[in-house]
Amino acid sequence: MEKNTEHTTHVHRDDEGDKLGMWLFIFTELLLFGMLFLIYAVYRFRNPVAFQLGGEELDVFIGTFNTVILLISSATVAMSITAIQRGNKKQALMLLGVTLFIAVVFLVNKYFEWGAKIEYGFYPGSEALMELGHGTILFFGLYYVMSGIHAIHILIGIGLFIYVVRQIQTEKIHSTDYIWLENTGLYWHLVDLIWIFLFPLFYLIH
Amino acid sequence: MSEEKHHISSYTSHFLVLGALLLLTAVSVAVTSLEMGKYDTLVAMLIAGTKAAIVLTWFMHLRFDNKIYAIFTVAVIVLFLLVLYITFFDYSYR
Repeated sequence: MEKNTEHTTHVHRDDEGDKLGMWLFIFTELLLFGMLFLIYAVYRFRNPVAFQLGGEELDVFIGTFNTVILLISSATVAMSITAIQRGNKKQALMLLGVTLFIAVVFLVNKYFEWGAKIEYGFYPGSEALMELGHGTILFFGLYYVMSGIHAIHILIGIGLFIYVVRQIQTEKIHSTDYIWLENTGLYWHLVDLIWIFLFPLFYLIH
Repeated sequence: MSEEKHHISSYTSHFLVLGALLLLTAVSVAVTSLEMGKYDTLVAMLIAGTKAAIVLTWFMHLRFDNKIYAIFTVAVIVLFLLVLYITFFDYSYR
């Protein structure tokens, strides 16, 4: 964020400013999900049994599997930054490839998970759900909204990774200019961070 | 653009962080089968909080970056906890 006083022909760059902007965005995201967690907390406080029964309907195995692969993808994206800083383009691309693959697998798992529930008749506004109690409707409503917004973030992450991979391939991102990769990494860790809380609050209550 | 020294995290440190996160995930799933009554959620949130702190500190590089990011992050978390506390204070005494 230092002032560029010299008049040079090169393109203006402000990596620290870029990063600060990304963090400010992350804070708004934390507050967005924070308010959803607040709603969850209040409704669970008022409907403890329904939330417990709802949680038992969710597949702990899929939830744990998705948690594990998402943590691994956070590590691979962090490692890709190390690789680019060391000037190892090939390794960075490989690590980002793994991250991208995991992001897709996460969504495929979500598809099957949601698919099974929807087939069972459990989706917002469904007859089977509406016959159940108020607390159960709230639990599944929050489950779909919160994991749905999270899934949209994964989808955006996939788009960002594809962009970053192309930028590395065309040498636009390299060992001395990698703020795009760094910020994409920060975004991906945020997605991981939110899942770290979603997982126990939905899958591990019993 | 300042050409200040950037901290480069080693692959080893990333592996160690990942190992810690996976271990905590395993613990979190394992303790679910224990009957701890009302402490269930508290324990789960403590583990999740520890995982989040690890991700923020190492993967999100707060430990090595300008301190202002860490200060802001803590402020946002405190703000959230405050809102949570005030909301429950309200609900508990209705």
